[in-house]
Amino acid sequence: MSRIAATFAHLKTEGRAGLIPFVEAFDPDRATSAALLAGMAARGADIIEIGMPFTDPMADGPTIQAAGRRALRAGATLAGVLDLVREFRAVNGTVPLVLMGYLNPILSYGVERFAADAAKAGVDGLIVVDLPTEEADLMLPGLRANGLDLIRLVAPTTSDERLPVVLKESSGFVYYVSITGVTGTRTASAEDLTRDIPRIRAATDLPIAVGFGVRTPEQAAIVARHADAAVVASALIDRMASGLDESGHAPHAVIEAVLDDVSALAGAMRGEKRAA
Amino acid sequence: MNQPIPNSLRNLPDERGRFGDFGGRFVAETLMPLILELEAAYEAAKRDPAFQREFEYYLKHYVGRPSPLWFAERLTEKLGGAKVYFKRDELNHTGAHKINNCIGQILLAKRMGKTRIIAETGAGQHGVATATVAALFGLPCVIYMGATDIERQQPNVFRMKLLGAEVRSVTSGAATLKDSMNEALRDWVANVRDTFYIIGTAAGPHPYPAMVRDFQSVIGIEARAQMLEAEGRLPDVAIAAVGGGSNAIGLFHPFLDDAVKLIGVEAAGRGLNSGEHAASLSRGRPGVLHGNKTYLLQDADGQILEAHSISAGLDYPGIGPEHSYLHEIGRVDYVAITDDEALDAFQLCCRTEGIIPALEPSHALAHVAKIAPEMPRSQIILMNLCGRGDKDIFTVAKHLGENL
Repeated sequence: MSRIAATFAHLKTEGRAGLIPFVEAFDPDRATSAALLAGMAARGADIIEIGMPFTDPMADGPTIQAAGRRALRAGATLAGVLDLVREFRAVNGTVPLVLMGYLNPILSYGVERFAADAAKAGVDGLIVVDLPTEEADLMLPGLRANGLDLIRLVAPTTSDERLPVVLKESSGFVYYVSITGVTGTRTASAEDLTRDIPRIRAATDLPIAVGFGVRTPEQAAIVARHADAAVVASALIDRMASGLDESGHAPHAVIEAVLDDVSALAGAMRGEKRAA
Repeated sequence: MNQPIPNSLRNLPDERGRFGDFGGRFVAETLMPLILELEAAYEAAKRDPAFQREFEYYLKHYVGRPSPLWFAERLTEKLGGAKVYFKRDELNHTGAHKINNCIGQILLAKRMGKTRIIAETGAGQHGVATATVAALFGLPCVIYMGATDIERQQPNVFRMKLLGAEVRSVTSGAATLKDSMNEALRDWVANVRDTFYIIGTAAGPHPYPAMVRDFQSVIGIEARAQMLEAEGRLPDVAIAAVGGGSNAIGLFHPFLDDAVKLIGVEAAGRGLNSGEHAASLSRGRPGVLHGNKTYLLQDADGQILEAHSISAGLDYPGIGPEHSYLHEIGRVDYVAITDDEALDAFQLCCRTEGIIPALEPSHALAHVAKIAPEMPRSQIILMNLCGRGDKDIFTVAKHLGENL
């Protein structure tokens, strides 16, 4: 069983939804990302999503755009991201790591080579924002051959008729982009989720994670009632960005503040029993 | 309507929106259903004679088509070789070829029941053309424009405002065309139900490259007929400037199956080896950006590089996917012209033909000036003069050391 499948099986036995915090790799530097990965795993993250910086993040709002710029200035490359994964994996064999990014850097690295190197480093799944189902054949064979999940995105614009098309040959979990908009801008309401999650459930047996706009413990708790996991990204990056020192580095206290947020999110979600 | 011609280069893209290995639909899932809806609506409109009639009506009575084909006699004499003809798309309403495509897309938006228009712009020509058609059809319009471009294209910013558009300044990245396109895509994702995104060049996710090409093909269709009338034969060479490549593909497409040499002129900026240029085909390699696979300026890690050209309209690190295909199969030759060469051609055109050209077609003209003297007087060059230079006089004045 893959780490992702094992994690969701474990969550099911505990009757709770998982927390997926996000780290933009190399934002603002490599050491901070390494500290956040290790700290998040210790503070209640069930899966960690790692952003692969790109110059043109078309689906991201101002927060993640700024994080990507800081990361690229710090010298982020895909090879560097995989090295960060390798370091985490050396001390943690259980928490799944999902890379999220855009297609062009992967194409540049070489799809087959990237899939092989990512699997070897300890990556479990990939989210490629600008690779819709219609173009997924570009990566699927390479990812499959290396035991990696290609996590599919489903959006509010994905019709019931289209859901089976999008979810065809999907694995790992389904990532529900709960708003029409870029990351970190709006938040889906409990009513939205009550309406949206069941129609995705009807189309797949895979676990459903909800992302885009989940910021507070209260919002994460609402997601926990409806879905199998909540992704929190921009709120954590905002916390860190607001505490960067004059040289653009993250002081120890800021990393601790981000990790305290992770603890609070995890705590709030553990208090919620799944509705389904 | 038209049966596909076997062995024709004019049948692309395929059903996946591919021109060979290029093109496609590389967008987030949120946009994918909209792209598919747009494709279906465009296919239906293309087959609807009423839509075509409406398009032709606006081109004739509003844009002022057909644009003339002009024999540039004094220029021809000065260059001393092949006869040079200009396709005068700078005489269109709003001063460039951009309006052809905007008319087509806003008619489609209206047909689809969309009530809000967005667009990206670099030099501001596409922004002005979009603001113009939005005013004509009474639809609210938001134009995304890089802060750097806003600074160097003030007259166009004011034109858009006069036309009732809201110009939103984009400060991410280098704050130029690439970044405006990112921001327009973000707007579209957030306003999927009511918004129509009028892309200005023959790039982006399918069906945009094919749709923009079809709307701009009026340039080549007219020029082909006008050339036959004027000379009784087709030109030996057809030439156009290429940024994203919409005026060039509009000129080239009707000639793809003819024995006409086609030349696209990229912007070499401060030189192809200076690192400051916009020559995606000459110096880039294939990748994926803004919804399509195409040649891009990028670093070894696949991060997109900033383009540079004196011409804001060519200042883009990518190119339409059909050009990438035509480059790879060798049907079109792509060459590059520097800022300085374009400035010389700009002045040459002013003084020999009494036409102030935009800096974009000045790149094409600079290449004409290179090849015409080497060609016999019996041969013919057709060049697309795709825009007029009113918008560029401040930029040119600065480079010539004049203070306006």
